[in-house]
Amino acid sequence: MKTKNVMIVGVGGQGSLLASKLLGHLLMEQGYDVKVSEVHGMSQRGGSVVTYVRYGDKVCSPVIDKGEADFIVSFEVLEAARWLSYLKPDGQIVTSTQQIDPMPVIIGAAQYPEDLVNKMLTAGAKVDALDCLALAQQAGSAKAVNLVLMGRLSKYFDFSDEAWQKSIEACVPAKFLELNKKAFELGKNA
Amino acid sequence: MKQLMLGNTAVARGLYEAGCCVVSSYPGTPSTEITEEMAKFDEVYTEWAPNEKVAMESAFGASLAGKRSFCAMKHVGLNVAADPLFTVAYTGVNAGMVIAVADDPGMHSSQNEQDSRHYAVAAKLPMLEPADSAEALAFAKAAYDISEEFDCPVLLKMCTRVAHSQSVVETAPRQDVPARPYEKNIAKYVMMPGNAIRRHPFVEDRMARLAEYAETSALNRVEMGGTEVGIITSSTSYQYVKEVFGDSVSVLKLGMVHPLPQKLICDFAAKVKKLVVVEELDPMVENACRAMGLEVSGKDVLPILGEFSQNLVAQCLGGEVHTGKALEDVIPPRPPVMCAGCPHRGLFYTLSKNKCTVLGDIGCYTLGAVAPLAAMDMTLCMGASISATHGFNKALGSESQGKTVAVIGDSTFMHSGMTSLANIAYNQSNSTVIILDNSITGMTGHQQNPTTGYNIKGDPAGKIDLESLCRAMGFERVRVVDPYDLKSCDAAIKEELAVDAPSVIISRRPCALLKYVKHSAPLTVDTDKCKSCKACMKIGCPAISIKNGKAHVDNTLCVGCGVCEQLCAFGAFQSTKKEG
Repeated sequence: MKTKNVMIVGVGGQGSLLASKLLGHLLMEQGYDVKVSEVHGMSQRGGSVVTYVRYGDKVCSPVIDKGEADFIVSFEVLEAARWLSYLKPDGQIVTSTQQIDPMPVIIGAAQYPEDLVNKMLTAGAKVDALDCLALAQQAGSAKAVNLVLMGRLSKYFDFSDEAWQKSIEACVPAKFLELNKKAFELGKNA
Repeated sequence: MKQLMLGNTAVARGLYEAGCCVVSSYPGTPSTEITEEMAKFDEVYTEWAPNEKVAMESAFGASLAGKRSFCAMKHVGLNVAADPLFTVAYTGVNAGMVIAVADDPGMHSSQNEQDSRHYAVAAKLPMLEPADSAEALAFAKAAYDISEEFDCPVLLKMCTRVAHSQSVVETAPRQDVPARPYEKNIAKYVMMPGNAIRRHPFVEDRMARLAEYAETSALNRVEMGGTEVGIITSSTSYQYVKEVFGDSVSVLKLGMVHPLPQKLICDFAAKVKKLVVVEELDPMVENACRAMGLEVSGKDVLPILGEFSQNLVAQCLGGEVHTGKALEDVIPPRPPVMCAGCPHRGLFYTLSKNKCTVLGDIGCYTLGAVAPLAAMDMTLCMGASISATHGFNKALGSESQGKTVAVIGDSTFMHSGMTSLANIAYNQSNSTVIILDNSITGMTGHQQNPTTGYNIKGDPAGKIDLESLCRAMGFERVRVVDPYDLKSCDAAIKEELAVDAPSVIISRRPCALLKYVKHSAPLTVDTDKCKSCKACMKIGCPAISIKNGKAHVDNTLCVGCGVCEQLCAFGAFQSTKKEG
């Protein structure tokens, strides 16, 4: 199989590492060669962060480049827009509708562009946007946005529900398992 | 069992399997996780040292004693440890010793983009460079065999993309490596001139033997494909080359980047029409090829700056470049910022307000240089804040003394700040040093250090008392402030800058991200009281923004530190009581 590419983008501290861990586990269990590239260190401090997940028969590069992503999973709208040029022409965006102002916007040095979801649609991208923060809060914690997004993403894959559940159990601490499973379901069925 | 593993975790696994017994490191992105992972193995003694020089010397001591040892650092950390490095190359080792150095092309989290391969050449030591996690594991093990066979420490070079990418590895059980007995050997280990002069020929001879080893070692391999183009490459660059060209080109994949296998390179060059070297940063292999008389392409088409990627390699060497569509809107950048509730914020606000010249240092607090605080004039390297402030004040005298401060974190102070402080105490500049004590090494992801009272495993350890230390050095003016309390910060800075004596201010409050730190409830804004003066916007708190002309607090980010509340002349910020 040709290598498939999933980018997970967001703001440092939003929980993208758990999302990539879950996805990596799932894809390994399906027997694929997998590479996951993460961001550690300074950029994590509220900056724009990106994680690359690649899978297939044999994966070479650990990163995803412009025009290569089959999926962009985004925790925040501006971040989805920032990485749009990394999407394949027929790629799919799955994004939370949450907006977090970056510091240049907070201090008035820049504007947060309006209506980004529609602009991405107009640019020809397939966009599945939903209020993941509200769904995460409904599941019991604002921190479960990552599992809401993974639940949503699962709709676009052919993997069994059992396989997803198994990977969630393997990656999430037992204490938060029910909450995260609920968040996954809410994302999937929203 | 096959499993997905981070490159750094795989290095740790390799070290463990190879019977490594002693690890000493100083954290530094992207090398930190190797040592954190080693701390999870009960069979291995693992510690955080105050700096890389100390770490390397500790690891050398363990090797001398007869146990396989290891130290890890980022590229700039090797500058600090360069002193022992160049002479351990002369003494050689007893048990195997491996030194991991992690470069950061693209400077994701570093102050420069230096290429560590220069150190292997300059110190005359072998250097291995893995291209993924499986190689990271295998090369860590191979490094011990080379170290013991050739009697030298071995450099294991990582880079951000290998260190922080997960790929598939297969693990094996730990080898039982018997300790080598320690034997006194003055001629080998006491590097005074008369002995060192006899070790130098050994070093040169060892390089020749290592070069011979490199010719046939499985660490270097040829993958013949199309013969129009032959590419010599290593590390993550190899992955980009394979991604773009597959088998359409031939590849000489180097796992040992110093010394280079000259005959293997010449044989490979003879089999292809055009020879290209694909390497990030400096043209080390390319220059070596040219010195061998080979016609070669490299930095004439590929950049010397930053990281490579598959599109970049394709664009420079004529492969298929992928493109995507971007929006026409300007997407505002999202640079890293000090977290909401960061204890450094109040201190930097005070420095900004007092228009201080701030010579800074390396850590999260370097973000004090970012707008709107913009309260930093210089950042160079670990510890330079204090020494440079001393020099600055010696140069300008009374012109600068009343407004210039050094700002340094607790861990950075332990790393390289103490000797700089000794210079102020000794040569008596009228300098003010601010130690930002947030009780942890923050930027690299919360590592313990000699001031925290805990070791790498989180168990109680020796604790250096900063106040006593500064006083013992001769500082009579040492005071502690709470950076959440703006009034006392302001008073401390004004007073210490005004007096005619060197002084230390310790700005003390634990990092807001530490698990044990209890937060207050988020603040809210009474929009009737808010006069839209934007005084609260001067601190660059990510939780505060202006919505409909009034201040607004994001209650998912705010930790109730109350710094904004102290800036508001109209009492618009209100504490909310936590329910239950």
